[in-house]
Amino acid sequence: MSADDNNAKNDGMPAQSAFRAQLEQQRPYLLRFAALQLRDASTAEDAVQETLLAALAGEARFAGRSNLRTWLTGILKHKIVDSIRRAAREPVAAPDDIDDGNAFDGLFRPNGHWAEAPATWSEPHGALEQKQFFGVLEQCLARLPDKTARVFMMREHLGLDTEEICKELGITPTHCWVLLYRARMALRLCLDERWFRTGSGKAEKQ
Amino acid sequence: MTLMSSCKEVTRLISEGLDRDLGFGERVTLRVHFVVCKGCRNFEGQMARLREAVRNLAGAEDEHRA
Repeated sequence: MSADDNNAKNDGMPAQSAFRAQLEQQRPYLLRFAALQLRDASTAEDAVQETLLAALAGEARFAGRSNLRTWLTGILKHKIVDSIRRAAREPVAAPDDIDDGNAFDGLFRPNGHWAEAPATWSEPHGALEQKQFFGVLEQCLARLPDKTARVFMMREHLGLDTEEICKELGITPTHCWVLLYRARMALRLCLDERWFRTGSGKAEKQ
Repeated sequence: MTLMSSCKEVTRLISEGLDRDLGFGERVTLRVHFVVCKGCRNFEGQMARLREAVRNLAGAEDEHRA
């Protein structure tokens, strides 16, 4: 029997508001997580609100689990997918569709080989540098076109497979792979430019 | 197809390899290409780093603090 159980026995209300307070503490983290994925503050707000309400209603299901954040993130992921599903049914104003696929031609010489070969990326040193790196990564993600970013984050941040993403967004696997390729190419360039070639994340010499 | 596939094609294969199982021929293409092309080997390493970083986004710094 845990301390929380004792609280609940002794006095129901304080235990419940303690749980509520614990949930509130996680709100900023959850908002950040949702905003990264949904790219819209009010949609993110809604998903987090739904998550916290579901958590409050399902407190009993949390009992005995060690990590509140992990549990909440699991609920939030479902809410995010629901939100994306709802949005996918609405007509998209300006889809960032596949162009002819030549967006990154400038990186390659006419024979298809690298104009400038990629270098190895150095490891971040220490927590501060790690944190700065994540800041740059977020800036780079924010610069991606919306649909490209959504597909990329569903794949890499929520960990869905391409089949699920295609189903949710109503796109073909090929379209999906092209969008993922474009996202990765753009992020690589952005990180290379803003982090690995400059400042503390300078790439190691070969 | 020439023995040496282009880096541009190879970057597409590397990316798709993160999302689906590549066929035997595709895996051979990559292996052969990697032997001679350090740029594409580095690109593959960068893609792995990118995947790891995005997985750890939103939470990494909080866990450091915790």
